[in-house]
Amino acid sequence: MRIVFKTDYMQDIRPWKDGHQLVLYLILLAVVAAAPWWLDDFYLGELTNVLIWAIAGLGLMVLTGYTGQVSLGHAAFLAFGCYANVILLEAGVPFLIAFPLAGILTGIAGVTVAIPALRLHGIYLAIFTMALSILMDDVIVLAEPITGGVGGKFIGGVDIFGLTIDRWGTPVHFFWLVLVVAVLVTLGFINLLRAPLGRSFIAVRDSEVSAQAMGVDIARTKMISFALSCAVTGWAGALMGMFSGAFNNETFSVVISIQLLMMIVIGGLGSIHGAFLGAIIVGFLPQFLSISKEYVGALFGGNTVAIPGLEFGIFGMILIAFILFEPMGMYGRWLKIRTWFELFPFYRKDMFKRQKSYLKTERLR
Amino acid sequence: MAEGDEECRANRYWEVKLDNAQLLISGLANGCVYGLIALGFVLIYKATEAVNFAQGDFMMLGAFVTIGLTNTEYMGLPFWLALPISLGIMGALGYLLDRLIIRRLFGESQTAVVILTIALGFVIRFVAGLIWGHEPQTLQNPLAGKEVRFGGLVLGMEDVAVIIVTILLTWALYVFFSRTKLGLAMQGASQNQLAAYYMGVPVKRVQGFIWGLAGVVAGIAGILFAAKGSVDPTTGLLGIKAFAAAVIGGFGSLPGALAGGLIVGVIEPFASRYIAAGYSQIAPYALLLAVLIFRPNGLFSQVRVKKV
Repeated sequence: MRIVFKTDYMQDIRPWKDGHQLVLYLILLAVVAAAPWWLDDFYLGELTNVLIWAIAGLGLMVLTGYTGQVSLGHAAFLAFGCYANVILLEAGVPFLIAFPLAGILTGIAGVTVAIPALRLHGIYLAIFTMALSILMDDVIVLAEPITGGVGGKFIGGVDIFGLTIDRWGTPVHFFWLVLVVAVLVTLGFINLLRAPLGRSFIAVRDSEVSAQAMGVDIARTKMISFALSCAVTGWAGALMGMFSGAFNNETFSVVISIQLLMMIVIGGLGSIHGAFLGAIIVGFLPQFLSISKEYVGALFGGNTVAIPGLEFGIFGMILIAFILFEPMGMYGRWLKIRTWFELFPFYRKDMFKRQKSYLKTERLR
Repeated sequence: MAEGDEECRANRYWEVKLDNAQLLISGLANGCVYGLIALGFVLIYKATEAVNFAQGDFMMLGAFVTIGLTNTEYMGLPFWLALPISLGIMGALGYLLDRLIIRRLFGESQTAVVILTIALGFVIRFVAGLIWGHEPQTLQNPLAGKEVRFGGLVLGMEDVAVIIVTILLTWALYVFFSRTKLGLAMQGASQNQLAAYYMGVPVKRVQGFIWGLAGVVAGIAGILFAAKGSVDPTTGLLGIKAFAAAVIGGFGSLPGALAGGLIVGVIEPFASRYIAAGYSQIAPYALLLAVLIFRPNGLFSQVRVKKV
């Protein structure tokens, strides 16, 4: 077990724990950045997809994992970011301006939504955002002159300083673009969470009453959380649109919202790692299922069986298993395994036991 | 000439009026189904303060269980025999769900239950698709095709049955919650679990019972829905509209849930009749958002200022 010997107060709020940890993450980054040399184009595309989902997951993680506001409607913001990006590009705005602007616009949209949503708690907020996500579908159809309606829109490659970035033409460039965005967003969140604002997010999540008593402006904190979350989700949406090349009103349905929420729960609510781990599950599950279906089909005499809804069925079962047996998600499990090795043989079963609370309501009848 | 014109206009006036009445009745019948699903939400919310996002899928399952028992291509039991069996199965499923899964989440946050039930909805949809296939099916029932004529109105027998059963059920549940000892114990269990324990309320048993009851209500909703129209595994997504109903009614109120269901059900056909296509399907959700914005705790609100 490594023991970090602290000699400076700044060490407590440094983004990394010690040099060892920093080196590990830099190695990981180098390995991922070198992916084009050790992966073929198909799996590079899959990896890109995973990274895009991870960015979207990071967006939702800030709101749900750190501020405690459950949103079942983030697909609406994915759609908003995606369409904003495409519409700006079509208007002739260069990508380097259009892309950040798409996120900022989505953030502004998020604040607009947050104003009424501030008064809602728990389940009401979840339903509010869910309705929003359903409405977005219809709104895209109704706003056909701008959005292309049911026919959808198409997006080709973009140029950054003469470098062509196209999902199909130059998948390597597109991968690096996504990686850069993912790293920047992650660094941004790591920094945010060690700043007073990030701490106040967590305070609001854990207890609104005590946060208020500590002088946290709850409305303002939630609003900023919504804005940041939606902006990052908007960027993820813009990348998703560029990844798929074509999209319409059904691309960002309410199912995507639900999938996004489930993803961060599987990954582990309240951790940046969780967004990435969950994205790996969501990104690779369809591939894994199709491969295993072929394998099972070959085992029973060559014919592959098509089972509609299998993916979501399996996904649901994985999620139920996680909520029952590992509410902290994959990252929580990893923490336990790591602690087990670090403390061997002194690990105890109840070390990560969480405080359970009895239920009280504010209803009168 | 003028007289004929007058007559023509009078006729049209009556036609519009009858048309509207017809729309109103079919809207009410649909609304009753939404109301029944919303009743399921409210029941569970009232007793455990959790929301079952899989209630719509429960209804779908209830419909399919009854179809599996009654329809001739499956088991072909007589309808009135299949009815209690399928309700029993649904009740048992609800109870087992609580016993095996939900009870383990005792003391966890509401969010965990929400996410769990959403996942459960996926699993139920998948399993129902595996067993009964993805083709829309209707329940073969004795009421099918019969009509009631009432002063120029033609009402489907099923619609009338739906409305009557829903009103009776809501009334019975309302009386159960406000008058009986068990019903009051349930309210106590949800308002303050610890205090309810101290008062001798078997909180966990109460919770199991309410999930069973919610299963039965979902079964009834499913049977009525399958008698009215066809079901397929995605029918459960109707539950989203029932959310609108429950929210409009305020999650803690049984008559509120029914009223909310009726409002949503009636708005739908009128919106699709009188508002341009494309805008009309927005109506229930727009109403939901409006209610949440202006009355965050529902029209029949039960929450006052939060105390520390």
